[in-house]
Amino acid sequence: MSDRSDFAAIAAWIPEGASVLDLGCGDGSLLRYLQDACAVRGYGVEISDQDIVSCIINGVSVIQSDLDSGLADFEDGSFDFVILSQTLQAIRHTEPLMQEMLRVGREGIVSFPNFGYWKNRKQVMLGNMPVSSELPYQWYNTPNVHLCTLNDFENFCRAGCISITERRVMAGGREVTMLPNLLGSTAVYRFQRGI
Amino acid sequence: MGNSVGIVRAQRASFDVPLIFKSGAVLPRFELAYETYGTLNSDRSNAILICHALSGHHHVAGVYADSPKSAGWWDNMVGPGKPIDTDRFYVVGMNNLGGCHGSTGPSSVDPETGKPYGSGFPVITVEDWVESQARLADFLGIECFAAVIGGSLGGMQALQWSLAHPGRVRHVLAIASAPRLTAQNIAFNDVARNAILTDPDFHGGDYYQHNVVPARGLRLARMLGHITYLSDDAMADKFGRELKSGQYNYGYEVEFQIESYLRYQGDKFAGLFDANTYLLMTKALDYFDPANGGDLNQAFAKARADFLVISFTTDWRFSPQRSREIVRPLLHNGRRVSYAEIASAHGHDSFLMEHPHYFDVVRAYLNNVSREVSP
Repeated sequence: MSDRSDFAAIAAWIPEGASVLDLGCGDGSLLRYLQDACAVRGYGVEISDQDIVSCIINGVSVIQSDLDSGLADFEDGSFDFVILSQTLQAIRHTEPLMQEMLRVGREGIVSFPNFGYWKNRKQVMLGNMPVSSELPYQWYNTPNVHLCTLNDFENFCRAGCISITERRVMAGGREVTMLPNLLGSTAVYRFQRGI
Repeated sequence: MGNSVGIVRAQRASFDVPLIFKSGAVLPRFELAYETYGTLNSDRSNAILICHALSGHHHVAGVYADSPKSAGWWDNMVGPGKPIDTDRFYVVGMNNLGGCHGSTGPSSVDPETGKPYGSGFPVITVEDWVESQARLADFLGIECFAAVIGGSLGGMQALQWSLAHPGRVRHVLAIASAPRLTAQNIAFNDVARNAILTDPDFHGGDYYQHNVVPARGLRLARMLGHITYLSDDAMADKFGRELKSGQYNYGYEVEFQIESYLRYQGDKFAGLFDANTYLLMTKALDYFDPANGGDLNQAFAKARADFLVISFTTDWRFSPQRSREIVRPLLHNGRRVSYAEIASAHGHDSFLMEHPHYFDVVRAYLNNVSREVSP
């Protein structure tokens, strides 16, 4: 996975010293990156025991919680940014969580693997569920319950009064500008509450 | 897993500047029993204070020379190479004031009367303990603790350190604790106290003069407490409905294994522990509320430390929800805080037990702390 380009795209939007909540923060490497690159004040939220230990080792503050039970520990507007990096597709209650992100944060950032990427489409055309570096699971053991394409996500935001302010689409670590829903493997969106 | 700190020796420190309690009561002089493990570094920055819970004491780790089976109550956690690593930290364990293991308490002789304090020993609070612990820190030459660590009631003391002496503690580890007790938790304490207070041998707290101890009351109190420290599942696993003699005897003698176990635990405890200390400890638990009934967000605004908060999934006496009540005001105030919810079957007692993930969390956190202090 083109981790670092994803990270760099996110870091480019975050001003120095901002407060950041990273949902599904994994081993804390994004927050660590943001702490080093933009001196953010941040917390991660993670459910996996092993990742809690890794976050602590990485010097990242982490709160063990299940994102599907909401963000009750966090107050309204208490963060500049709430980030959901490569986790959207594994969330069961997607709509409430997106609304929670914009309750807790002034802005949201989401990145996810684009199911509409041509290589995924090709695998489906050939008769199989896609397996790739971005989607490294078999259909029977995947945590991904809500895969979507760029178009799907943008329609979802429109319907939920979420206004997308910026978008970066990438493939193989490079930015994609042409036919992003077909040629992009990963997308990063910046959004806020719509008017 | 690391070794024991080996043979240790209990020590005592005397203080003769009066301690004014939160209640207004004054204790003109007192002694604290303590132990230390590891070496205090040259800039005195590697000290860790371990605060004990209801029935704990200063003997946290190691063994006494004359008693090879006398391992400290947290020997699995504290020692060379263990999560609280005595190769890197100077670890201080102490018996709380009001205790019955060597520090001045109700069973100690009041030098002014020549008799045990008994009912005359002031009701003590978590705040008072922290003040007495700060005196011990002064005595040991510790200006600022690298960490103050405690489970349950000990966690409350660790939290109080961050509020009463924000400049004297860099990290707080509050394990299986709560920012203040709920009504249900106070209710359990009250039943335990009532068992003691209504024991005919209690004599208003001055039973020492009568050469008796309210053992029946203390035993009941401990039995009740013990039930609440275990999880339903742990009890079911360990005892189920197993019978001692394999059959019903249709009477009121001990029949189920759980009855036998609880009575054994109750008797053992009643033979070792002072009933007045039990009363004091449970009262301290009940009274603790850093916000005095108000807003915890405001109360924790004073804190300057970083925090690690840990709870256990099957702990219903100090449930994960209570630990989250510690985490929220810390988040509100922008403190650095991590929170781990450990999947453990053993209820409240989990905080005393060896559990790989729990120990990994504490170890990882304290590894970072040790990097902040000089060798």
